[in-house]
Amino acid sequence: MASDTSKLGFYLLLAPILLWLTLLILLPHIGLFVVSISEKVGPRDYETGFGNYAAFFTEPLYWRTFARTAIMSILATALTLLLGFPIAYYIAKITKGRTKTTLFLMCMIPFWVSELVRTFGWMILLRETGVFSQVLQWAGLVSGPVEMLYNDAAIMVGLVYTSILFMVVPLVTTLDSLDDSLIEAGYDLGGTTSAILREIVIPHAMPGIVSGCIVVFMLSLGNYLTPILLGGKDSLWFTGMIYTQFITRFNWELGSAFGFLLLALSSLVVFFGLRLSGRSLAETMGRS
Amino acid sequence: MKHPLLASLVATTALTAQMASADTLRLLTWGGYAPEEVIAKFEEETGHTVEVTTSNNEEMIAKLRATNGGGFDLAQPSQDRITSAQEEFGIYKPIDMSRVESDLFIPSMLSATAENTTYEGEVYGLPHIWGTSGLVVNTAEAGEVTDYTDLCDDAVAGKVSYRLKRPTLIGFAYSMGLDPFAAYGDTEAYQGILDKVEEALTACKPNVKTYWDGGDEIKNLLRSGEVVAAMAWDTGGWQLNADNPDITFVAPEAGALGWIDTFVLPARGRADDAAYDWINFVMRPEIAAMITNSAGNFTAAVGGDAGVDADLKARYQGSFDQAAIDNIKWYPPVPAGLEALEGETLDRINAAN
Repeated sequence: MASDTSKLGFYLLLAPILLWLTLLILLPHIGLFVVSISEKVGPRDYETGFGNYAAFFTEPLYWRTFARTAIMSILATALTLLLGFPIAYYIAKITKGRTKTTLFLMCMIPFWVSELVRTFGWMILLRETGVFSQVLQWAGLVSGPVEMLYNDAAIMVGLVYTSILFMVVPLVTTLDSLDDSLIEAGYDLGGTTSAILREIVIPHAMPGIVSGCIVVFMLSLGNYLTPILLGGKDSLWFTGMIYTQFITRFNWELGSAFGFLLLALSSLVVFFGLRLSGRSLAETMGRS
Repeated sequence: MKHPLLASLVATTALTAQMASADTLRLLTWGGYAPEEVIAKFEEETGHTVEVTTSNNEEMIAKLRATNGGGFDLAQPSQDRITSAQEEFGIYKPIDMSRVESDLFIPSMLSATAENTTYEGEVYGLPHIWGTSGLVVNTAEAGEVTDYTDLCDDAVAGKVSYRLKRPTLIGFAYSMGLDPFAAYGDTEAYQGILDKVEEALTACKPNVKTYWDGGDEIKNLLRSGEVVAAMAWDTGGWQLNADNPDITFVAPEAGALGWIDTFVLPARGRADDAAYDWINFVMRPEIAAMITNSAGNFTAAVGGDAGVDADLKARYQGSFDQAAIDNIKWYPPVPAGLEALEGETLDRINAAN
């Protein structure tokens, strides 16, 4: 009897996660896959085949955009890490008490508004008649209006800005857990600052770095708003392409195939990222 | 325990019975087509409630396709996008003309829309609002822009914008002396036209500041002076004209492109009564004028222009003389599959450097 109730409890607790996995993740993906392997031969007439995947590899525009999106996302991740690490180190190790809380809060405040509003903020700053352009003209540094919007650099700024919090938070948590006496011991033993950073701080922060990078990379790769709003006429982004196929071209079949390819790409990049850093996924997720 | 349950059951049944005569109308439409004041009047008069979702042509079709024509009771796509969507996805149901007060409609528009939206002998669309797309020009800075191809002129380099969508292809084709609508039925001839337009638009790319996506985006670009000439809708130009008299809509020499937004019934809509009530309500002349004042475009209602703002009429007359009206190129129904060809052309223009 007792074992029966505990079994019931086990299944009751298991039910939400099972429902979540099947209804919201497994079933939609199966549906998407079925759509992606049907080729249109005429109105309301479909055949099963891998033509949509073939179309991706034969049309250079598609795989170029795909590669461009991946490379820019990796670059955005690296930049976010480079910017986020000093911020996190400062918050976790150098400040104490209220200053620490205030700084941490200030990092989060921009994220209380939606991504759309934040992106519009950047548009106001960067556009030809925008704040930066006017300040530069006022200071006499440039003679006419400068356009800083509608290019890849603007996309990069937007991507780093929208995802930096997701790098800072795990880094602060892991750096917080690093005992200060270890760093002091390093100095006592005559270690240089760079050696201590390399031998003590970074190895300890590795789980935070890896999980931060995974999250930021996923967010950048799957970002739709920022590249569309800040990017220019040559700035193609793969998610924008999926939207076009689904909505303006009515081509759900190709759009679904693109969706699967993007899923494969992100899984691959995360896999290689973990391999490079010599960590397993379980280790990374468990410790951060 | 039994009685309260019974009572609530009775109450629910009573409520459902009442709901049959007063429905919720789920309307899928464009911004400005269902102003608050019109909805309030309609709800007061009929007892129905209206839920508005604003969208655009492509998203309307995509939304209805996702549910096989469910989720909405009345939609308003453009007339040229109805038969192909019906042929491919079967998302609409035919209009029952006996339930429409047809004398509220301008007869020529009613019959033209009926002809363009007939699929397998059944009529699927009723005309509601019409307008055009052409050029919105800051006449003080780019007065020489009078046709689509003028956007590629060196004088306006870096200060023009258009969408990377099908109206741009068609406008440029007309401007280049081609006739894309005549070639709609002939895939090979149409591909030939697309190839020529592709070449022109690729060459024009350095001139473009950015390809715009939303109506507010292009209005901002024009208002700030960052863009001086653009391909856009007439209403956008007239709205800007109210703020800055230099900016207005110009009907291009090759002809403005005319569209008619319609009423269609989604295949699995549940409140047809409310939908017909809404159609017959908004086509009344005084209501039609209210909608024109809100949307900025004129309706297919008989006498609907009488109550329209004098300013709006003046702007409309400033942009269109009789010759320009006669020169409007009305979109014929798009044959299924044509959009795939256009999509490939647009992709190539987008990718070109």
